[in-house]
Amino acid sequence: MKVISIQNVSKSFGTQHVLKNVSLDISQGETVAIVGPSGVGKSVLLKIIMGVMQPDSGKVEVCGENITIANSEAEKNEIRENLGMLFQSAALLDSLTLYENIAFPLIEKGKFSKNQIHKKVVEIADSLSLISNLQKLPQEVSLGMRKRAGMARALITKPKVFLLDEPNTGLDPLVGQEVYELINLSKNLGDFAGIVVSHELPEVFQVVDRVAMLLNGGFIAIGTPEEFATTGEPAVKQFIEGKIDGPIRIQ
Amino acid sequence: MNAVAIIQNIGTQVIDINTGFGNSVIFLVRSIISMFKRPFRFYLFLTQMLQIGVNSTIVIALIGIFTGAVLAVQGEYTLSRFGATGFIGSAVALSLIRELGPVLTALMVIGRAGSAITAELGIMKITEQVDALKSMAVDPIKYLMVPRILAGTICMPLLTGLFILIGIFGGYLVSITLLGISSGVFLTQMFAAVSMTDIYSGFIKATAFGFIFGWVSCYKGHTCGFGARGVNKATTQSVVTSSVAILVVDYFLTSILTRFFLN
Repeated sequence: MKVISIQNVSKSFGTQHVLKNVSLDISQGETVAIVGPSGVGKSVLLKIIMGVMQPDSGKVEVCGENITIANSEAEKNEIRENLGMLFQSAALLDSLTLYENIAFPLIEKGKFSKNQIHKKVVEIADSLSLISNLQKLPQEVSLGMRKRAGMARALITKPKVFLLDEPNTGLDPLVGQEVYELINLSKNLGDFAGIVVSHELPEVFQVVDRVAMLLNGGFIAIGTPEEFATTGEPAVKQFIEGKIDGPIRIQ
Repeated sequence: MNAVAIIQNIGTQVIDINTGFGNSVIFLVRSIISMFKRPFRFYLFLTQMLQIGVNSTIVIALIGIFTGAVLAVQGEYTLSRFGATGFIGSAVALSLIRELGPVLTALMVIGRAGSAITAELGIMKITEQVDALKSMAVDPIKYLMVPRILAGTICMPLLTGLFILIGIFGGYLVSITLLGISSGVFLTQMFAAVSMTDIYSGFIKATAFGFIFGWVSCYKGHTCGFGARGVNKATTQSVVTSSVAILVVDYFLTSILTRFFLN
């Protein structure tokens, strides 16, 4: 069953065409990495899926609902109920403790009692090793811990779609590896369709079922991590091997 | 620069100003509509009352007492030329209630709380906290802006009341201790001169200023540009725009209130 359907999405900023007729379908339980050099439009595509940014043309369906034609914020919010997102910087609300941040989506839904919320927060915090830091403010813990809390906040509502925007940015290799393990762990916490936006190859291969490489406004290659690792496509090879010379020009 | 380029530049500026004003009005309309939609987050409103109102009381009290004291000294200097120093009480009270109280309080609150609101919202925007709210199906306008606009609108008249009371007390102290005016004369003249319409007009102005302060501070934070430079620019624009808007609105409100209610 298709949970996310991106159909012919285009987006330009002035004369710069960032996305040109981009299409991709993602099924329930599947995790796809969108990779590519910085500035190719990976985060833009994520924002379009979230309904935070409007495409120039094309549509995005989340769980069968077209978020790009939703007229009001209320309509978009209904569709966003199915989404959970881990932001690059975790984007925790800095006036709230980690506990309050994780509980926030449940409190806002207004469907749960205090006891139910407490139980769910403790449960997910325990599974992500956050218990001892729950009463701290985001600025009092490391970025790695903030990302854990961000992940807990995104997953506590058991979303059908989990979006991860460069989950390893700013982390040392050890904590980065830990985040990948957390992503694998989070798959046990919910049966979601996942999109991981990253430019870290081949590390991201370990957490995804498919990889799609975005370049020059479109997907130049889509395949399993194994297919990707052995591809003959020069741009993909250059990107994986991190070589300066090749079809990808550093801008 | 040739004439065409100059005209083009002016045209661009005019379009930018109009677009900005139009967007700010759309933002305000969305904020007002959101005020009446559930859920009502009373605790957020109280938090903002604390930030904007309670935390401004000391600075407002300080400014108030010295403004009242200066008014008494200046009033005595001017009125003594006409042998009318007995009217100091009414001069101090009317100046504070009708004009200086609302305007100086608004300018102080803009400097203290308006800049803080814009900077806080701007930083929330550039650190993706606003996008995070959207991703959790929470309307940032309802969650972040509405409590601040409401708290500003309610706090401003309360702070103005405090400013006026303390200002009159400052004027009273200076008048009876340093200027030799009798307490009875000061108070009698003050009560005789001040009417309820003076007080209403002062508080109508203060409420309008509070609303403008909340609107501009939130809008500038909401539309903040990227990076530290973006926050810097938004904060500066917020303080300047709010201050200018308040002085412009003060003129029009004073004209309308004086013409229709105070004559």
